Amino acid sequence: MNYETVIGLEVHVQLKTKSKLWCGCATTFGAAPNSQVCPVCLGLPGSLPVLNQKAVELGVRTGLALNCTIAVCCRFDRKQYFYPDLPKGYQITQFHQPLGRGGWVEVPFAAGQRRVGITEIHLEEEAGRTAHFPPEADNPGYSLVDYNRSGLPLLEIVTAPELRSPEEARTMLETLKVLLEELEVTDGKMEEGSLRCDANLSVHRPGEPLGKRVELKNLNSFRAMEAALAFEAGRQGVLLTNGAPLDREEARTWNEAKRKTVFMRFKEQATDYRYFPEPDLPPVSIDGQWVERLAAGLPELPEARRGRYLREFRLPADDALLLSKNKAAAVFFEAVLGFYNGEAKTVSNWMLGDVTRLLKEEKIGFTDLKFGPEDLAALLSFLDRNEISGKIAKIVLAEMFQTGTPPAAIIHARGLFQINDPQAIKALVLETLAANGEAVRAYKSGKEKAVAFLVGDVMRKSKGRVNPELLDRILKFELAVDEIKDIGLD
Amino acid sequence: MEIAELNVAALRKMLDRREISAVELTNYYLDRIAQLDPDFRAFITVSREQALRMASAADQKLATGEGATALTGIPVAVKDNICTNGIRTTCASRLLADFTPIFDATVVAKLKQVGAVLLGKTNLDEFAMGSSTKESAYGLTPNPWDRRHVSGGSSSGSAVAVATGMVPLALGSDTGGSIRQPAAFCGVWGLKPTYGRVSRYGLVPYAPSLDQIGPIGRSTEDIFLLDRCIAGYDPLDPTSLPEQAAAAGIVTGSLRGLKVGLPRELFGDSLAMGVKERVMAVARELAAAGCILTELSLPSLQYALPTYYLLAYAEASSSMARYDGVRHGKRACSGSDVTGMMTATRQELGTEVKRRILLGTYFLGKDCYDDYYVRAQQVRTWMKADFAAAFTECDLLLSPTTATPAFTIDEEALDERALALTECYTVAANLTGIPALTFPCGFLNHLPVGAQLMAPAGAEQRLFQVASHWEAATKRQTRCAQGDQKGAFYEL
Repeated sequence: MNYETVIGLEVHVQLKTKSKLWCGCATTFGAAPNSQVCPVCLGLPGSLPVLNQKAVELGVRTGLALNCTIAVCCRFDRKQYFYPDLPKGYQITQFHQPLGRGGWVEVPFAAGQRRVGITEIHLEEEAGRTAHFPPEADNPGYSLVDYNRSGLPLLEIVTAPELRSPEEARTMLETLKVLLEELEVTDGKMEEGSLRCDANLSVHRPGEPLGKRVELKNLNSFRAMEAALAFEAGRQGVLLTNGAPLDREEARTWNEAKRKTVFMRFKEQATDYRYFPEPDLPPVSIDGQWVERLAAGLPELPEARRGRYLREFRLPADDALLLSKNKAAAVFFEAVLGFYNGEAKTVSNWMLGDVTRLLKEEKIGFTDLKFGPEDLAALLSFLDRNEISGKIAKIVLAEMFQTGTPPAAIIHARGLFQINDPQAIKALVLETLAANGEAVRAYKSGKEKAVAFLVGDVMRKSKGRVNPELLDRILKFELAVDEIKDIGLD
Repeated sequence: MEIAELNVAALRKMLDRREISAVELTNYYLDRIAQLDPDFRAFITVSREQALRMASAADQKLATGEGATALTGIPVAVKDNICTNGIRTTCASRLLADFTPIFDATVVAKLKQVGAVLLGKTNLDEFAMGSSTKESAYGLTPNPWDRRHVSGGSSSGSAVAVATGMVPLALGSDTGGSIRQPAAFCGVWGLKPTYGRVSRYGLVPYAPSLDQIGPIGRSTEDIFLLDRCIAGYDPLDPTSLPEQAAAAGIVTGSLRGLKVGLPRELFGDSLAMGVKERVMAVARELAAAGCILTELSLPSLQYALPTYYLLAYAEASSSMARYDGVRHGKRACSGSDVTGMMTATRQELGTEVKRRILLGTYFLGKDCYDDYYVRAQQVRTWMKADFAAAFTECDLLLSPTTATPAFTIDEEALDERALALTECYTVAANLTGIPALTFPCGFLNHLPVGAQLMAPAGAEQRLFQVASHWEAATKRQTRCAQGDQKGAFYEL
């Protein structure tokens, strides 16, 4: 039986601020444990949180990019639970009046582009990090807490339950990651925890009401997320097929080693967080004019860029998508166009073809290129002016990629200019015809393929520099002339 | 006159004329503490060495004249829920018996900056939750006028230290009356400033939306001086109000035309007859000075107490969450896992604190939240509007500070309602964020009676002006209490 899957994501984004959300402590990743702490982020009695304005700004920028309605006034709430890495005994988050609500993002799914709703975005503080050390022979086991992470600014993005498959969920998260990096609001490093994701998933039979949702935690990579969701959709499907009632909301965690989701708790066992407005922080009024200024200052986002590439440069749909979703590629692409008078499509072909292949071989990105956009533009101009051939261009590009030497220097140094002089080509052709009587005879007896051998011979002698079109014409002409000679009309 | 009975201005003169040094003055008070405090336990910690170091620094300051202000060299005591760098801050709890803060509260930093001398940390009800210091892990501080009576709470250590002349000035904190009630019971002056006027940074929280630090002293001018020193915008406290120009002194001059409102709800049947008479005597004096008396009604007051309990306990349950034995709070060794350890640690808390945590936790539960917390916030909003309306009809409000003078130590425990009665006069100022000042207005039998003035937010000057007028007009001053003599005014 077929089931429909419904997925919603809760994405935690560590905002890229210099200092923490409530205090001046540094946010550097990987510092010695408990070296970036103070009375505020340790929750010492008597300390008070002071809101980091930059975090609000980054939150608002993100909200705007996600088409959210930014709150005129938002406020913070306390979420109360006990855990050793939560120094105040409560987390300061936004529950009743979040920073933004009701947005959406265009997502290019494999099946086509679609809008996915953003339910809300809110600011909250990060907790510390607990490391548990199990009992050993000489000690009964212990736990250590690092509060460097305590108080880092997080933005939680809650999507609407509008994703229909694990693949869609992955595309959604990838789209969000690209967008957030583009906005420069986060490092977006899943491996450092600056981008984290929980997911809610339920399955139901078509036409029936939605199933009870399962919350999945510990999805620390795109692969883990997709695998966990696929496993979970399958698990619930099997349960439904077997007639097991799926009537309780539960939380499960992804176990990477066992490649399966593991039960954590039923939702009704979940703590009552006893949310209430944080009395230490006054409500935050968000000035409409400030929001307008931030909106005006937003960079062009992938979706808008993609549209522009289709309109302005008439790129094919795939090219427009691939170039627009990679900021470094997009920046490089447009910079090349600034130096280049030819077709945008030519640039995109080369960038998505040969350049991307070279980058992939080295596992690097466009920002790591040794040559600049002006160099690629120059290379393509040589090609357009027929000064080099396409084959030569590939050779030149490979050297540019390795050394960063400008194409003109490579072409001059290695004498790679194309031979466009018909007399020079004719001389080479005649030489070849004279030396390869057998091939000439084969051609004349109707073996068209022999031409390729003759072309190859000329190219070998000229080190590939002969203009291929001219060569083709001159070769065929000379062969024809030769034939006329043979029948003695001369 | 004994030094202990001198006000800050008189001590200032002596210091400035070099009739006494700050070190000598400090030693005088330290000796007095040594002599009297065994009977009162007003101090949890006497920071003798630090005090003498500070006094000696103050003498230097006075010698050069650089940076010397009204409080340079003047000893001050600080309630033990206000963080002092390097001096333990117990909140009168066993849980924090070994807690030594690594930073100064902003108010303490300000006192140090002007060269005031910190004598020690005063007793309170555990985490400022109580009205009698019965809830202190360090014992009860009895009333200085009659040791069979309570001295109030929770800032009773500060009030008693001032009333007995163990220190001329002290800081308290006031969440529902914790400065004003003990000040009234002890016959001294106390101010709960406008919410946000004094930084809360470093005040161990009880109910953060209500807590406010304020001065306790032996005259209006004394508390004015201390208030002026500690007030001001603090970037470390997000609820801090913008900087206001500091007043050079108390506004003097005629009170003619000043409208004084008498809220009917605060002169009701629960008020002890003698208390009412003494507060009315203040009203008559103000009328004689040209004030216009207006009787008015503040209907929201009838809900003040339940509203206070709901909000304060809800916030308290949250404020107390951090004492789980992981970082804060003396860790209990029992308990097989983290939860067990946390549970065992929290058993160390006193009954009243536990009661408030339980109730507050209940109020915030998701099934109760809308019925309790949200409604209480609605009443609080109404109450603010109610008071704002009243302040369009009058410039300030006059009422008793408490319904009765200090009750006996035994009787207090018996009748929680009696306790509640004393709180219902004070909590409104916390709920509405307005300033309130208490000053002694007489004795009933041998125990002091306090009168309370309330003004709109930011109008502290009006309170100082009226209180100091009354003080000057009646030319009366309370003697230092020592726990046995009959309380009475004497003519200045």
